[in-house]
Amino acid sequence: MNGGVLVVGASQAGVQLGVSLRDKGYVGPVTLIGAETRPPYRRPPLSKAFLAGAVDDTALDLRTPEFYAARQIDIWPGERVVKLHLSTANPRGSGVALTDRGCTHVFDRLALAVGARPRRLDVPGADLDGVAYLRTADDAAHLRDRLAAAHDVVVIGGGFIGLEVASVARSQGKTVTVVEVVDRLLARAVAPVVSEFYREAHTRRGTDVRLGTGVAAITGTGRVTGVLLDDGTRLAAELVLVGVGAMPRTELAEQLGLECAGGIVVDGRARTSERSVVAAGDCTVMPNPLTGAGRVRLESMPGAISQARTAAAALIDAPPSPPEVPWFWSDQYDLKLQIAGVADGYDDVEVRGDPGAERFSVRYYRNGRLLAVNAVNSAREYLVVRKELSDQRRLGGLGDEELLGA
Amino acid sequence: MPKVTYVAIDGSRCTIDAAVGDSVMATAVRNGVPGIVGECGGNMSCATCHVYVDAEFAGPVGPPNDLEDAMLDLGVSDRRETSRLSCQIALTDELDGLIVETPEEQS
Repeated sequence: MNGGVLVVGASQAGVQLGVSLRDKGYVGPVTLIGAETRPPYRRPPLSKAFLAGAVDDTALDLRTPEFYAARQIDIWPGERVVKLHLSTANPRGSGVALTDRGCTHVFDRLALAVGARPRRLDVPGADLDGVAYLRTADDAAHLRDRLAAAHDVVVIGGGFIGLEVASVARSQGKTVTVVEVVDRLLARAVAPVVSEFYREAHTRRGTDVRLGTGVAAITGTGRVTGVLLDDGTRLAAELVLVGVGAMPRTELAEQLGLECAGGIVVDGRARTSERSVVAAGDCTVMPNPLTGAGRVRLESMPGAISQARTAAAALIDAPPSPPEVPWFWSDQYDLKLQIAGVADGYDDVEVRGDPGAERFSVRYYRNGRLLAVNAVNSAREYLVVRKELSDQRRLGGLGDEELLGA
Repeated sequence: MPKVTYVAIDGSRCTIDAAVGDSVMATAVRNGVPGIVGECGGNMSCATCHVYVDAEFAGPVGPPNDLEDAMLDLGVSDRRETSRLSCQIALTDELDGLIVETPEEQS
């Protein structure tokens, strides 16, 4: 046993896995292999402060090189694992990884933190110059440069990425149109009352929000000049940002025969269907951390961190820490949205405060039980609910065994 | 380069050369200073970067704003008069020599 732990992926979840292994006393080799060339960095600012030019490159770094060196966390950047072999004999969970540079790496245990890729738009013209996606720091730097030169910007997709980019673009005085195919913004994440609030807030600030509208084609010759909507409208555009969701990278997991269903399926202890292999972050679907039931894909930085800690514990058979209340945030203009809990399956909402004053919150319930909160410029309300959910989880009769699906 | 010193609950000290403009939290996290988590990356959503500012620097560092005040009220254990979220303290040359104590636990 000297291959140690191999973590495939060197972003938020992968780095946290490595750090947590050391925090929990693991002394064997820890290797992270990540496809991106730059050192591990934070993604949340990419659609916010970094895009706006308020923070520079180095502010994105998760840790200093000295930090990794001191903890003997070995990072191979710019290298992609393309093939994995898992041993069925003893020791269970060991195996070999092959990278695109032809290197092999032997491991005792394997963790997948491979993330997700942006879902591509499949319309004519989608490959024109000036059609941008946002996932990596390179994407963000490219988008930031293009934004500086653009006048008309079309954002396809009214999710968090799209709306955050629209906010930055509009704040820079661009003409901005947001096109969303369903009939409300942030439809997968928030209740209609919050969707409507954001529609109004963006409209008030001068963005043209078009709901229930699909894209027929992106037009231009070589470079983007416009977007043709399915209602026949033509919009001018020098820059098109596509933010239509992310697809978990499941190829390696599928290669190993691990169960995947819109992500790598893991249990409450971050173990895949092959119990010796763990997975964490955006590549996974997991049981709801608050109820232990169902399957959710949290797609958030705090979720990745929490799950990576859990995964590290599972790898070395350490006792798991109790799951944390999921939380999330989005910055759009001067509007800070903070979310705690998971609203999936809610049957009732309660609005507190005044959406018109851009300071309000929405509590989500199921059968009278509090599930989640969306708080806009209402940090106290966010914190109160987060605490309540945390207490509820501790006192609610759900034992950790049950929660963790052990 | 302003220096900032982190004092842990057991009295151990860790001094880092920080960059002007970096926060007290980011400086700690990137360098692996124990006692500061900074999970949300400076977004005032997690309250895991709570510190006590040394009395000598309380003036130059200044008080928290409303949002931070709410976080300190509800998000941290053992709030004191000099409590701050270290993600909200941007380092300047004026703050060279800053000393902060980390609490027993982060929320």
